[in-house]
Amino acid sequence: MPKLKTLEDLKKLREEAQQDLKVRLETGTKITVGMGTCGIAAGARETMHAILEELKKRNIEAHVTTVGCIGMCVKEPLVDIEQAGKPRITYGNVKPDMVPRLIEEHLIKGNVVEEWVVGRLPTSQ
Amino acid sequence: MRELSLHILDALENSVEAGATRIELLIEEDLQNDILKITIKDNGRGMSEEVVKKALDPFFTTRTTRHVGLGLPLFAAAAQQCNGELRIQSQPGIGTTLEVTFQHSHIDRAPLGDMATTLLAVLMSERPVDIYYKHSIDGRTFELDTAEVRQELGTVPLSHPLVREWLEKTLREGLAALRQPEQ
Repeated sequence: MPKLKTLEDLKKLREEAQQDLKVRLETGTKITVGMGTCGIAAGARETMHAILEELKKRNIEAHVTTVGCIGMCVKEPLVDIEQAGKPRITYGNVKPDMVPRLIEEHLIKGNVVEEWVVGRLPTSQ
Repeated sequence: MRELSLHILDALENSVEAGATRIELLIEEDLQNDILKITIKDNGRGMSEEVVKKALDPFFTTRTTRHVGLGLPLFAAAAQQCNGELRIQSQPGIGTTLEVTFQHSHIDRAPLGDMATTLLAVLMSERPVDIYYKHSIDGRTFELDTAEVRQELGTVPLSHPLVREWLEKTLREGLAALRQPEQ
């Protein structure tokens, strides 16, 4: 790795990133992807990558994280979407080609895609 | 699993689950001796000798969410079918080191696959973790230490989209250059 060049890049990036950091921390969308052995074997890494690409394409602010197995292995890849003031929705068997519709319906239009839902938790306080 | 990078992701997730804050991931491709060696060393909570003995048993897991633990047994099986092996060294309170070897040219050896996305998936974990990644092919080397990146970034997290994109680009370009040194 050409170290000096990349470190220079990072300094620039830091300035750019800091400006919109505050806005980002205040937006309330959190997307969690299950990344246990079961999730990985079912393609969760590719699903996560598709989510990142779709968010970038549509310029949507969301916090994406990965977690271990929660025990619903047969429904992997599992994707949880949590938005401030709304119930937390868990979608099951989420393949990369389902991601554009998921983002469009859930995040943009605000509609839960009922046929893919495998669980929901009431609004967290 | 279809790629070794998926086994690696799984093993790295184990380190994260074990509370590791720093993981060293070394991939050595020694084409002359026809060996591919993957070393994952973490500073997580480690395992007792008894747990290490059971770690390759698919019906053993420390998780409470399910009763099987297939990650390490699958990784070991992948290595064994390519004239290699998986070794575990662990010390409670110190950490765990996995060493996995493969015959590089073996017909059943899965390709390494998408290392960039594997590393991103771990760095986006809810628990903050740093990875030192060093990949060498016949003596040429690519390295990235996210602790250095974090230091440069100050308060900006690694999960920030701009940083994520930078990491992905740096990894992809670095690894592509490692494979095609003439370009």
